[in-house]
Parts: sequence; C-alpha cells; structure tokens
Amino acid sequence: MPVVLDADRIGRTLTRIAHEILERTRGVEELAFVGIQRRGVPLARRLATLVSGISGIEVPVGALDITLYRDDLMRHSIGAQPVVGHTNIKFSIDDKRILLVDDVLYTGRTIRAALDALLEFGRPQSIQLVVLVDRGHRELPIKADYVGKNLPTSLAQSVQVHLLEIDGQDQVEIQE
Amino acid sequence: MKKDLLSIDDLSADEIYRVLDTAEAMREIGERPIKKVPTLRGKTVVNLFYEPSTRTRTSFEIAEKRLSADTLNIAVQASSVQKGETLADTAMNIEAMSPDMIVIRHSSSGACNLLSRICKSRIINAGDGLHEHPTQALLDAFTIKQHKPSIEGLKVAIVGDLLHSRVLRSNVLLLTKLGAHVFVSGPPTLVPRGIEQLGVTVATVDDAVRDADVVMMLRIQQERMQGAFFPSLREYYNLFGMTTERVSRAKPDVIIMHPGPMNRGVEIASEVADGPYSVILEQVANGVAVRMAVLYLLAGGVKNEAAA
Amino acid sequence: MKRLLKGGRVVDPANGRDGVFDILIEGDRIAKVGVNLQAEEGTVVVSIPSGLVITPGLIDMHVHLREPGQEHKETVATGVLSAVTGGFTALACMPNTSPVNDNAGVTQFILKKAADANLARVYPIGAVSIGQKGDQMAELGELKEAGCVAVTDDGHPVRTALLMRRALEYTRMFDMPVIEHCEDPTLKGDGVAHEGMVASKLGLRGIPGEAESIMAQRDIALAEMTGGRVHIAHMSARQTLDAVRYGKSRGANVTCEVAPHHFILTDALLAAPVPYDTNTKMNPPLREAADRDAMLQGIVDGSVDVIATDHAPHHYDEKHVEFDRAPFGITGLETCVPLCLDRLVHSGLISFSRLIELLSVNPARILRLPGGSITEGAVADLTILAPDLHVKVEAKAMKSKSKNTPFDGWELRGGVAATIVGGRTVYNNAAVNLPI
Repeated sequence: MPVVLDADRIGRTLTRIAHEILERTRGVEELAFVGIQRRGVPLARRLATLVSGISGIEVPVGALDITLYRDDLMRHSIGAQPVVGHTNIKFSIDDKRILLVDDVLYTGRTIRAALDALLEFGRPQSIQLVVLVDRGHRELPIKADYVGKNLPTSLAQSVQVHLLEIDGQDQVEIQE
Repeated sequence: MKKDLLSIDDLSADEIYRVLDTAEAMREIGERPIKKVPTLRGKTVVNLFYEPSTRTRTSFEIAEKRLSADTLNIAVQASSVQKGETLADTAMNIEAMSPDMIVIRHSSSGACNLLSRICKSRIINAGDGLHEHPTQALLDAFTIKQHKPSIEGLKVAIVGDLLHSRVLRSNVLLLTKLGAHVFVSGPPTLVPRGIEQLGVTVATVDDAVRDADVVMMLRIQQERMQGAFFPSLREYYNLFGMTTERVSRAKPDVIIMHPGPMNRGVEIASEVADGPYSVILEQVANGVAVRMAVLYLLAGGVKNEAAA
Repeated sequence: MKRLLKGGRVVDPANGRDGVFDILIEGDRIAKVGVNLQAEEGTVVVSIPSGLVITPGLIDMHVHLREPGQEHKETVATGVLSAVTGGFTALACMPNTSPVNDNAGVTQFILKKAADANLARVYPIGAVSIGQKGDQMAELGELKEAGCVAVTDDGHPVRTALLMRRALEYTRMFDMPVIEHCEDPTLKGDGVAHEGMVASKLGLRGIPGEAESIMAQRDIALAEMTGGRVHIAHMSARQTLDAVRYGKSRGANVTCEVAPHHFILTDALLAAPVPYDTNTKMNPPLREAADRDAMLQGIVDGSVDVIATDHAPHHYDEKHVEFDRAPFGITGLETCVPLCLDRLVHSGLISFSRLIELLSVNPARILRLPGGSITEGAVADLTILAPDLHVKVEAKAMKSKSKNTPFDGWELRGGVAATIVGGRTVYNNAAVNLPI
C-alpha cells in the first residue's frame, strides 16, 4: 500500500494551504471553515487553527453532516441506511466567506450535497472548496479552490486518508 | 432491518441503538433556521389514524414534513367504520395509490400486522389496541439516555394499568432487551397473566420505586372502573399515585416519565408532574426526532460506502 | 346389490374385532361378517388391499351446517359433501342457525335438505331454549319427535342453573343428552384468546380456562342431582377435564368431547408464524401446552369420550379482518381423520380400536344412533381408512364452502380411502383408487 503523503507532508501541505487562503482573502474576519463529516472536520479545525495563528484573528469552525442530502439514499430496497453523523454550526453563515473542507474530492457528489445542506443555514457571501486530495473522476461540474495534492487514480483504486484525531496517525495511501 | 416496525421485537438491540443515534442527529435539525432536509423528498407517507390522537399524529406529521415527505392524513371517522368498510378494504384502496409508508393507529391489537400482510408499503405501528406502541418506547429510551449514561443495569419502575397498556408492552420489550431491570406494579386486577415471563419483576409500588433510576407512570382510564378492576380513582391514587413522598424513595437523580396524556391527581400528583425530576415534556419534544429517525431508517437505502 | 369386501383389516371395537375379516353387504345392510366368506353368484367382490382399515362409519357429533340462514358460509349440501370426504357417514348439526332450530319446522327443513343431498346422515340437535335465549324451554318433545337427537344452546351455555336443571330433568323422558357449551359469560367477557402469556404479550383480551371449568362444574353437579345426561362440548381446559373425571367418579351421567385443534395446537400459534392469524381464533380458544397435553392424556386414559370437530365454517371476508372482529371458529370435517391418524395412532398414543371408540362407538352411544359397529343386520355405514396415505392439507381444494383452517399446508400421514353410507359408496378417494 503505497503511502503518498506521510504525516510530515500533510502538515506542510496544510500550512501551505493556510497561507494560500490568507494570501487570496481580503477580509479574514469574514472567513469561516465548515468541515464535511467525517474527516473534513478535523482538517477544518487544523486549518482554522493555522489561519488564526498566522493572522491573529479567531476563525470559527463548524461541522456538517451531509448524509441526509445524499442523492443515492433511496436507490435500493431496505438495507443498512448510512449512519447519520452530527452537524454543528453554531455561528450564522450569513455574509460569511465559507471554506468548505473535505479530505478527498472524487465524483463531486458529496460537495453537491454539502452545498445544498449549507445553503439551508443561511446566505453566505461565497463558498470555496478546500480538499486535501483531488483524485479526479468528477461526475459533476465541481472544482476545488485549494488542493493539497493532485493524485491521479484509476477507478479500481481507492484513496485512504488517515488522520490523527480519528485514526491515530496522519497518512494518505492508495489501495487497489 | 425488517420492512415494517410493528413491534419492538422487530428490532435487535443494535438496531435500537441505531435509531437512538440517528435520532440524536435528527434533533439538531429542529434547531436550525430551516427545519428541513430533503431526505424523503417525493416520498408519500399516509397517516392512517383510526383512533383520535393529536399528540402522536402531530409528532409523526412534523417528523415527516421535516424530512420533506408528502404527508396524507386520514382520520377514519367512526361513521366510515359504521358504513362497513373493513380495514382490509381501506388498506387495499390506499395501497392502490402506492404510498411509500403507512403510519397506522388502530384500536385492535394486530391491526398493523393485517395491514402489513396486505400492503407492500412500509408499515409503522403508531399504536395497535393493547399490543404495542414502538415509537413511544423508542422515544422513552432516547429520553432516558439523555439523563443516564446507559440503559443497561438501570432500575426502571413502571406503574399503572399494565393490562391495557401498549406503552408498557413496548417498553418492557425494549428495556429488557437493552439490559435494564424492569419492575412493574399495579393493582393485581390489572397485571397481565404471565408477564414475568417477559423478564420483569412484578412488585408492590414501594418495592418498585425504591432506588429506582427511572419511574414511568401509565395512564389510568375512567372506563376501567366499569370492568371492576378497581373501585375508584381516589383509592387508586392513595395506593398507587406517584406523590412526592413516594418519589422520595427513588434514587436522588431519578427521572419521572409519562407517555401522556396525564390524569393529574390519579396516577401522578401535579407537583411530581411539574417537579424537578419530571422529563415528561422532553418526551414529547423527543418524539419528533425519534420518529424522524424511524422514518429515515425504514425508507430504504444503501450500505455506508458513499462516493466522495 | 351384493358386495363382498374381502381380506381387509376390520377394526370394530363394539364387537371386539380387530383383524382380517370379510364383509358382505346386501342392499343397504351388513349381511354377514366372517372369515373367508364365499362369494355367491352376482356378488361383486372387492379385494381390499393390505394396509387399509375398515371401520364402522365415523360420526361427527358437533358440526355447524349454517343452513338455514347463513348459506354463504356452508349449506347442508356442501356440509355433508365435506363430511363424507372427511370419512364421516353421519353428523349431528347444531341449532344456532337463523332461525334457530327450536321447532319442528326448522328440524324438518334440515332433514329434507339432507335427504336431497343424500350423502352423510344428518341428525339435528335442537335448542334447549326458544331462540337459544335462555329464558323459556323450547318444545323438546316436539323436537325429539321431529328427529332431534339432543338439545343444546351451543354458542353459549344454558343461561341459568335453573333452566339447565329443568332441561336435564325433562330430557330424561326422551333419553336425550343436553349438550353444553361450558362458559361463564362474565369471566369470558369480551375475551378473544386464552388468558395467558401469549395473549398478554399480543395485547389480546383473555378467556381463562376457569371460564369453562366453572360452568362445567355447575352442569356436572346438576346432572348428578337430576340423573339427567350432560355432554360437555368442545372441552379445552385441563380444569374441565378434572371436573369431568370427578363427576364420573361420583356416578354423574357426564360425557365429554375434544376437537382435534385442542389436542394438537396451543396458543403459541397466535404469535407465530402468522401473528394474529384469525384461523387460530375459535371459542373455546387454543390454550397453553398444559391444557393441550391434558386433553391428550384424557384421550389416552379414557376420560375423554368423543372426538368431534366443532366444524365452524366462516366466509373468507368475515375472517379477513382484525383479530378482535373476526368470528370464532375453524372448519374440521376434512382435517379430522388425517390429524387423528397422524397425531394419535401413528404417534403411538392410542390404538385403532380406541380411535374408533372416540369417532364412532361413543358418539353413536351418546346420541342413541344406529351405527358405531359393523353388525349383521345393521345398516352398512362404513369408513375405509388409508393409514399410510400421504395427505397434504389444501384448504383451496376442500369441499366445504369455507376454507378457514389453520392446518392449510400441513403434511400428514393417514387419510380416507372411501366412505360408504347405507351400502352405497358416497366418497371414493382418487388418490387410493379403490374399485369400490
């Protein structure tokens, strides 16, 4: 199982993204991170901490579960429904510049669902997408604004992201 | 998971926990500015209520609407039954319109089973005769879990008209399945035969309440006096009513529950119903989240391998 | 017309016979029973294959024919067809028709319908009270004269102890038994299932066994007091059997019957495999295992006198409702023999002779009917059983108009090869194909 990003690379990648965000954003006070459950959430928190650290301004973080917005929920007869995770957005998203964060960008359907979910919470000024890994094979016209690493893959492969907060270590690997 | 929710027996312990965990997530939706998710969009849910019920029906209706389902309320008037249309015929007529789910409340035990044999739609039992009221037991469990670390090992006392209570049966099945110690109490005339075989202890009200973590009161109905089950409401209150004095024998962090509607001064004293240990209003609030969870889990779907 | 049934095993406990015998039938009578009978000129000889058993015609003394008044469930014609298909040469039918059989007119109506159908013999049972209301005694003498063989208010008990006493005294004149549906109405209440753990779990109102035994005790005491004859219909509770044994030990003139469903099924069937299946709803209800086992014990040790089906046909629409609302009752004429052969004889519990006592000898004796034996000069009513025939119960194929049976799909060992009434073959099972 080839490791494409180790803990060290992940750390430096996130730091680089944090700087990119600050470089491209005029009003840091308007920023807010929303991480997509599950692994987008710790990534969002780390980015928020990094951005706050560099800029000196506190940036809010929320968690968004998109299970109930998926487009594939009712496709089959009764089986195990996907587990619904927790949504926790304690601040108003009106007029904010939202940075939606996920670990892997693949078909784009999760992001589509996340946009639908997020827009029920209010009317942000803008929504941009931050992903740790973009593995290609888009099925919808979705693009990431900030990418940690572009990772061309085949459909037979899968990208496994492990994060310290959830899996005990930081690592991105490709599996057949 | 089975296609229908007719009885708590239809759910394994794991599936019960799934419902409770999902309900937790559903609860958050009620706190948003837009209290809606598109999950059941385009799905038709029929609420077929043969018995009048504002509380349960409203709860289901709100749950269905929050999930964006199309709701159809059919309140079967007594006259419709008088006109002679059987449940089977009503069911077949509704089924002909292909609803996705039918929520049914009926005065005959087993009515939902008959419906399930006739209809392909998913059937949710909202109370059938004396038999069961599964979503009530689920929301009771959800309420308990918000106050206690786990249901396993808890001492739960259930007091009242055990014989005629569908809430009792569903709760007994659920609580014993999750490992609670259930003590039931009521006038001997209202204790169902053989109930110990369901894994509960039949006790006096004082033994049941002593050191209890949860005390659940069941409704007493005026009509029961016709059947010579007990002589008067006054006597019932003296012997079984949950008064502050009785409650004081339970654990200091006891919670008092009641499926509603309450008869103040009959099964429960007003001070207890409104007191610091009562979680009765929370039960009502939790009903929507739990029913949303049940609707979601029964609506069908795929395993948890989403394309990202 | 002379027919010689040659070489078959004949079980005829009334005449002490169980062995290979030849039976010569002339016209509608038994002409001769013996070993190695010679066939005269013009006699049709039917060689009975080994394995079959010839018995006196079976008699079901508890059948609801539903005519007059409820012909959508069953008629006399469909009922007697169902009976002979089930191996019965005779049946006694209950008076809870519409109008009630409390007068000669209804009795004669039933007898005429039976004569028109010309299959099984029908012996009407008249009502004890007018309209079965339990207030005023019906004209029992007129009923007897018109052809009734017993009286009952079946559907409910005789309403008061006083009326039961009078009925037991009065019927002594006619040597008729009072058949009683034992049930205390206040204990039964609006119950629909046996009061026990299953009903408690399913949320069904219960009928305790004591509802039956308390009334049985009343009736047995009255029988002892009056010298009258009481026959306990469809017994189901172990407490009732205890009361019967006690009454018999004291010399009371009491007999009792059990239906196959009460010695085979229990209330567990209400919960699974089909919860709230209305084909498990009857009165008295299916009870717990201890009651079922007690009924079996009574069959084995002789305390039970009769097996009778309580054949209670109901239309599909009437049963296709919520459990509470469904009428009580299941059919029984076509399932009785296979169930008895499979569960009583093949299981080793009783002998063929004992089975014939329960299904023929005793019913004939209690109702004072001709039959119950294969005797020279007597009417040739015979049942030919096929004890090793594989039978699959198929409700759809039954001859009864109604299909309300919990035994649909059951695979049993034992069936009927042929039924002969008055020397005439009225049923011949194609699966056995006897040239009879």
